[in-house]
Amino acid sequence: MKKISTDIIIIGAGPGGMAAALKAGEAGVKKILLVDRLPEPGGILQQCIHNGFGLHKFKKDLTGPEYADTYIKKIKNSNIEVLLQTMAIEITKDNKVILANGSDGLIEVSSKAIVLAMGCRERTRQQVSIPGTRPSGIFTAGVAQRFVNIEGFMPGKEVVVVGSGDIGMIMARRMTLEGARVHAVTELLPYPGGLTRNIVQCLNDFNIPLHLNHNVIKIYGKDRVTGVKIAKINNKGEPTDETFEISCDTLLFSVGLIPENELSRMVPLEINPITGGPFIDDTYQTKRPGVFICGNAAFVNDLADYVSCEGEIAGEAAANYVNGSLNTVTKVSVVAGENIRFVAPNFITRTDHVTLYARVTQQMRDVTVSSSGGIINIKKQIIKPSEMIEMELDSEKLKKIKELKELVIDVRPNK
Amino acid sequence: MSDRINEKKFTCIMCPLGCEVTVKSNESGQITEVLGNQCVKGEKYARDEYSHPLRVLTSTVAIEGAQFARLPVRTSGLIPKDRIFDSMKEIRKIKAKAPIKLGAKLIENILGLNVDMVATRDL
Repeated sequence: MKKISTDIIIIGAGPGGMAAALKAGEAGVKKILLVDRLPEPGGILQQCIHNGFGLHKFKKDLTGPEYADTYIKKIKNSNIEVLLQTMAIEITKDNKVILANGSDGLIEVSSKAIVLAMGCRERTRQQVSIPGTRPSGIFTAGVAQRFVNIEGFMPGKEVVVVGSGDIGMIMARRMTLEGARVHAVTELLPYPGGLTRNIVQCLNDFNIPLHLNHNVIKIYGKDRVTGVKIAKINNKGEPTDETFEISCDTLLFSVGLIPENELSRMVPLEINPITGGPFIDDTYQTKRPGVFICGNAAFVNDLADYVSCEGEIAGEAAANYVNGSLNTVTKVSVVAGENIRFVAPNFITRTDHVTLYARVTQQMRDVTVSSSGGIINIKKQIIKPSEMIEMELDSEKLKKIKELKELVIDVRPNK
Repeated sequence: MSDRINEKKFTCIMCPLGCEVTVKSNESGQITEVLGNQCVKGEKYARDEYSHPLRVLTSTVAIEGAQFARLPVRTSGLIPKDRIFDSMKEIRKIKAKAPIKLGAKLIENILGLNVDMVATRDL
């Protein structure tokens, strides 16, 4: 087995990994190795040809490939070594990373620090347990997106989208533009899974019906999908007798994302069952010193912009770890309180600046986001599970937080 | 007849509130009232959506001699919503040849709309 050594290895060259690599380089780390299994950097951004990227980070409305390009060009002009078509297959108990590719076979990498940036995967039909036959014509929305936008294949003509995640809605528009008929988008929950702008510009613009409180309960077809049965869902989440059928040849599933953490489990890192990612502190360091994680591998974010921000923090912290200046001794736990599904990161160690992200359990109007010690107090007219709450903590707030045992974040209705 | 009122509803996307804004208009299509918005942005959004909705169009074109079959493209600016399908027809007619640089104009002044179809990546 070929053996190499480096200062920082970054696994995954999407918006998180690229940002981490660049920031580590800026912080003065000499040897940085960025690894990706695809033939080019950019990750999933390359197939996200729609606009809406970069609004948060660059105040510009970019497409996925344009957003990726800003990072790719910087990486090309840096000393970062990029190893493509290379899969990270193992992390050993002593933090060695085993890579595999077609030209070198296996490579054992000894690295002073590891940044995990594997992103996430889509939930599939199997994971949402929809009964019926198993014909062809069933895809996740992201797979269909790759077929249409990169490979140049149309997955089908008569389409039903299951789940109202952003990529499902974006693909409903994309398939319509390419000549398919999208008959419906179904959503089990009473509210949409994706952003309002996608409901307006991907569904309403093309008269595609969104059926909230509805789910596909049966798939028909032997060789190819021929149709689906859709049922109204009651307030217990169960299908009712109120049903209808739609003839279609294609189903696209957009039913959630799961952080990709096979490698993290090998470290081993304890996985938070709520987020599907490992527990992390505010430098994006995991409980194994020297192992960092960022972006959708840590927890699923709404925007690529957030992922890049996290990548920068993880990259800088990994650099500090390598040169011995990372101090994460004092830890205050961040705890999800009332109406909060998760808060990330899980521990506060920094004294300068921290951004906390929280996802709520349900849509609520006229609420206050608050914390232990009254340190956080933000009024919101509306909160939705599809849009994370961002909380900025400056040095003054962090000083107060350091006196607490834990920081509980709650969302409560006003009055 | 002359005071017949038309109503159109829009979901505002200017902020996460997502107000349902109603635009009322008279027989000649002039806006008479905008209701349901909670701020000025919502009123402007609904007026624009009523009178001249604009969108960025993103799609792909076939490309020869590249690593992948499709090259992603976008309009360099906003186009009227009702010209999206016409623009798609124009996009379908062309075939790019590698190498292409990000920002390369593939269709200049598409349909006379004063925007270009440009490549959104190097390929």
